Amino acid sequence: MNSLYYQKKLSRNVGDKFFTSLSVFCALIAILPLIFVVTYILIKGGAQITPELFTLEPNPPGDDLDAGGINPALIGTLVITTIASIISIPVGVGGGIYLAEYSNGGPFSKFIRFGVNVLAGVPSIIAGVFIYALIVSTKILFGSMYSGLAGGMALSILMLPTVIKTTDEGLKLVPNELRYASLGIGASMYTTILKITLPTAFRSIATGVVLGIARAAGETAPLIFTALFSYYYIVGFEDLFYEMGSLAVLIYNFALEPYDAQNKLAWAASFILVISILTVNIFSRILAAFTEKTKRV
Amino acid sequence: MEEKLTLFKNRKRFGLEKNIDLIFKNTTLALSSLVAIVLFGIILVVFFQSFESFSRYGLNFLVTSEWNPVKDEYGAFTAIYGTLVTSLLSLLITIPLGVGTAIFITENFVPKFFREIVGSFVELLAAIPSVVLGLWAIFVMEPFFREFFVFLHKFFGWLPLFSSEPAGRNSLLAIIILVVMLLPIVTSIARDSLNQVPKKLRNASYGIGASRWKTIFSVILPAALSGIMAGVLLALGRAMGETMAVTMIIGNSNAFSWSLLSPGYTISSMLANQFGEADGSQVSSLFYAAFVLMILSLVVNIFAQWLVKKFSLKY
Repeated sequence: MNSLYYQKKLSRNVGDKFFTSLSVFCALIAILPLIFVVTYILIKGGAQITPELFTLEPNPPGDDLDAGGINPALIGTLVITTIASIISIPVGVGGGIYLAEYSNGGPFSKFIRFGVNVLAGVPSIIAGVFIYALIVSTKILFGSMYSGLAGGMALSILMLPTVIKTTDEGLKLVPNELRYASLGIGASMYTTILKITLPTAFRSIATGVVLGIARAAGETAPLIFTALFSYYYIVGFEDLFYEMGSLAVLIYNFALEPYDAQNKLAWAASFILVISILTVNIFSRILAAFTEKTKRV
Repeated sequence: MEEKLTLFKNRKRFGLEKNIDLIFKNTTLALSSLVAIVLFGIILVVFFQSFESFSRYGLNFLVTSEWNPVKDEYGAFTAIYGTLVTSLLSLLITIPLGVGTAIFITENFVPKFFREIVGSFVELLAAIPSVVLGLWAIFVMEPFFREFFVFLHKFFGWLPLFSSEPAGRNSLLAIIILVVMLLPIVTSIARDSLNQVPKKLRNASYGIGASRWKTIFSVILPAALSGIMAGVLLALGRAMGETMAVTMIIGNSNAFSWSLLSPGYTISSMLANQFGEADGSQVSSLFYAAFVLMILSLVVNIFAQWLVKKFSLKY
């Protein structure tokens, strides 16, 4: 008779309770890092936010107490990620179009998809090493060594797999009926792709690309010996061929300085970087959830 | 897909339109080939740059730990050992933690709303740049763990792993920050593979009287194992290549030590530290180290992909 009721002390029930609490414990530990990191950045970085931060050059580390601002690094990050986007978006979207629209699952497309995954797994510092060997040490860019342009190229290698993958997957979700309809009214292949399939998949591709850009903006390893760092304002086009600062490298350099003023600047830069990256991520997450709900099947 | 292509091909069109179509197709073909070119370019360039060092030191480079630019003697054993130890130990901690979290997200212990919050928190953690985690590790995590390390050394100092006085920046801190970075990868991939296990497997297991955790351990985890393994391998590749946070917290010392409480080195932190100001044969030796790192991560990645391909169609 007793066996019909839930028995607390039965070994299977005790074991279940134990493992359930273990799993809850894991989940609690797992959410702690984000909470701690974001809280500290909000507190320590948020306290440093002043208007001058956005307009001044950083002072070289030393005895002077005022660290200055992060204007060159902020602009540098924008410039370098823009260069990376200009290179990787056309290449990635074009490559993705080939994989999704033209290839027919043959060995070549299999190989390229495999290559995309392998490239995505290449450590980011290797991208920096590669660009250093190819561009910085050979001075191939009109005699300039470390430059913002080289930094942008290194980042573009990291962005490329993301862009190709999102394009490929976004285009695969477009229903074939749309392609047939386009064919039916006499459109050619490239018209169909440019006017029908790409616009249909635009939102999912754009989301993936924006997330890729956000990730690239925080990458440091490929920049430390390609773009290096600079303390000076970016004033004109020719600055592309010289050392260029970025928020990520500023955080790296100034976190390791023994001076308090520079450390504070590193926190301020982290604040700006993390807030923008998290905003992009959360926004695209909401957008994706919204799209999912309104999707017509 | 094939049907679609032939439909387009059979149309009668003007020459100009046909040519534009062809040009467009070949442009996208060229762009997609660029991936392969870049990949081979990276491998070849790093290999040829390391050739000088390779021919001089050969495989001795991998087992000696002398790194002396003045005497022109190079060996990367400390860095290779550091790379393997930090990534493997961090993975050892991450696997139970990540899989446990993934089980929490996929089971119904708590309402869906809370599970989704946990899921997105873990995924957002992946978006935090590693250099920011490094900054956090230096100023927040290190002071937090300082007492704990002293305790570890005091009571477990007889173990070689904790045999040295805790240094301000050490390998154990690097392992902890790597756990933070790997957790989102392992969790999200484990969650996806657990979600893909068909519901009928669970129902069948419940039907023959298995308890919830008996079902998880004997049915669901084995079914999701290949996906989880692939995720673990991807995380391993990521851990070996991870640079910034590790460089900032590991202490960057080439002196070999068994103790995790003394400063260490990894290949990527060695590259980050020395590449900027290296010259002569040091550059070539750094390229050699980079080549070793690349081969390690390539092998791990390719194996992960093979695993996914081999086992993903089982259910």
